[in-house]
Amino acid sequence: MRLIAQIGEWFDRRLQLAAPIREVAEHPVPKNTASWWYVFGSAALVVFLLQLVTGIMLAFIYVPSASEAWNSLQNLNHDVTLGWFIRALHGWGSNFMVAIVLIHMMQVFLFGAYKFPRELTWVVGVFLLLMTMGMAFTGQVLRFDQDAYWGLGIGASIASRVPVLGPAIVKLMLGGPIIAGATLSRFFALHVFVIPGMLIAFVGLHLLMVVKLGINEWPMPGRLVKRATYENEYHVLTQKDGAPFVPYAVWKDLFFAAFIVLAVAACAAYFGPFGPTGQPDPTVIQTAPRPDYFFLWLYAVLSFLPPSMETPALLIGPVIVIGALLLLPFLSGEGEKSWRRRPIAVLTILLVAVTLATFTHLAGYTPWSPHMNAWSSDPIPARFLQHRTALERQGALVFQAKQCHNCHALEGKGGQRGPALDSVAVQLTQDQLIRQVIQGGGNMPAYGKNLSPAETTALVAFLQTLHPAGQAPARDASRAVAFGGSGENSSAVRPSSRP
Amino acid sequence: MSTDKTISRRGLLMKMGILFNGLVVTALAGPIVRFLLSSVTRGRANRYLSWVSLGPVSQFPEGETRLATFRNPYVTPTDGKTADTACWVRRIEGEQFQVFAINCAHLGCPVRWFPQSGLFMCPCHGGAYYQDGSRASGPPERGLFEYPHKIQDGLVSIQAGELPTPGASAALLGKKPRCA
Repeated sequence: MRLIAQIGEWFDRRLQLAAPIREVAEHPVPKNTASWWYVFGSAALVVFLLQLVTGIMLAFIYVPSASEAWNSLQNLNHDVTLGWFIRALHGWGSNFMVAIVLIHMMQVFLFGAYKFPRELTWVVGVFLLLMTMGMAFTGQVLRFDQDAYWGLGIGASIASRVPVLGPAIVKLMLGGPIIAGATLSRFFALHVFVIPGMLIAFVGLHLLMVVKLGINEWPMPGRLVKRATYENEYHVLTQKDGAPFVPYAVWKDLFFAAFIVLAVAACAAYFGPFGPTGQPDPTVIQTAPRPDYFFLWLYAVLSFLPPSMETPALLIGPVIVIGALLLLPFLSGEGEKSWRRRPIAVLTILLVAVTLATFTHLAGYTPWSPHMNAWSSDPIPARFLQHRTALERQGALVFQAKQCHNCHALEGKGGQRGPALDSVAVQLTQDQLIRQVIQGGGNMPAYGKNLSPAETTALVAFLQTLHPAGQAPARDASRAVAFGGSGENSSAVRPSSRP
Repeated sequence: MSTDKTISRRGLLMKMGILFNGLVVTALAGPIVRFLLSSVTRGRANRYLSWVSLGPVSQFPEGETRLATFRNPYVTPTDGKTADTACWVRRIEGEQFQVFAINCAHLGCPVRWFPQSGLFMCPCHGGAYYQDGSRASGPPERGLFEYPHKIQDGLVSIQAGELPTPGASAALLGKKPRCA
């Protein structure tokens, strides 16, 4: 024991590290911050360290070349001992890191921890969030498969919309005129050198500020932050009701960090690594590219924006969001910290969470996209074909052959791009059906050029049979007048009052 | 006692040292910036573009739209398969052709041709285009990108070399398509 102490002394005489480390470890923190709410920052740090370690291990095998990357991933998955597990740890680690960083940020926001004097800690944190998202995107590119390839295409298409500079930004991003070898090389450099380097520096700065300024005290409703008095109040608080960070508070961080790493490892072992999907071969077009889960919400938003709104929203939206995050501590640097007295803050978090969750959920089944194979793989349910005339059945054939089913569902099968047609005959009269089929409109293509008059007649005859039993199809009352009571659908229940 | 205006020998040497470093940085900045921007500057004046053949005219039946592939004219040694590109070739009749980029004009996903309904459909966000490439429905703001093409010695050639994106200059990828 004495020998160890002597060796330790020998080293510290030369390193001079023991004193500053002890100072950091024993700095007093307000007692009530030793809470399970205060563990997310350290958990994010631990997952980041896990990412560093597993990332370096992957770099032992991975080849950042457009012609070899996919093969080296297969090699990792199937040949290298436990290569699949390290890939899975890195992939799940990235999912966890994004989630934990967001939870940490939410907690800091709700606890008012960004207020004076911790404004810069928050600003650095916003940059850390952006870098984390940058790591997530560049990491998805390094998994160089079909999703990565077309994901880059989406990134390039967004970047190209920047006025004037767009095309130049695309070439800078791709490292050339197309998505190819140079693109992967530069994303490798970003993912492995540039962003991690900045992350390490910013994490260091973030931690330094946390230690120097002290951990945010548990917010008490009514205890307002004032620039003139806060630092004194905090000092008094840590003196009167404080405890050394180690070991008073740190044990919860340790437990939670270990739990999170265990959760990452459990997910990795159970679910395995992500992809790679098909080879990044742009001539293979039978693919439906999808981003990783943290960008799914964006994927969904992009399909709902009206065309005229899209470019402004894509270019101005991020500026507004990032600007608002950066300005937040300067706009509300004082005052109430407790979420109990900040209803707008709570509602903002709820709104953002519900919005992100809704869009992510929608991206899970992409109701805006035609089901490419519905016309050949989802048959029309039998009940729509029984007791039908030859013409109506011919119309059902047209419905399948012309791929109406790709966008329109029957009995819940088929695409959801357009409305389900189970009861379309109740909503549209014969004339309206013909018009809609031939001229399209309301986001439906016009089929006039692609349907012969006979096909249109048959299709509309079939569509007119699509109404619930006991509910008559829509009819044009003026017909009865014009044709003297013998018009189409004259057997309908009762005449409509419409002119 | 030295006044404010005098400068010590050490102070002068330090200032000269800073100046010297500044000169070195300035001298190096040029090559570094030129290297970093090389992929942009090289592409100016359309130097990435050239004519590539898609095969003989007879390969494309009249009235049909077929998938064709070509090797990008600008390649680097590590490109692998990524330099292979696909495009949709529509032969209207005779020597009347239209060659569309595979990339959706919305966000660049690969569109698929459905001859039965005469539509190009995008798997990402549901963009759809008519057979002449004009916008039919969905989020795209415009029709499909069209490559300039020519028929020479019985071969269909297109001018290609850059990833078509919504913001690319109009000169590169032909006119805005006609309205439906």
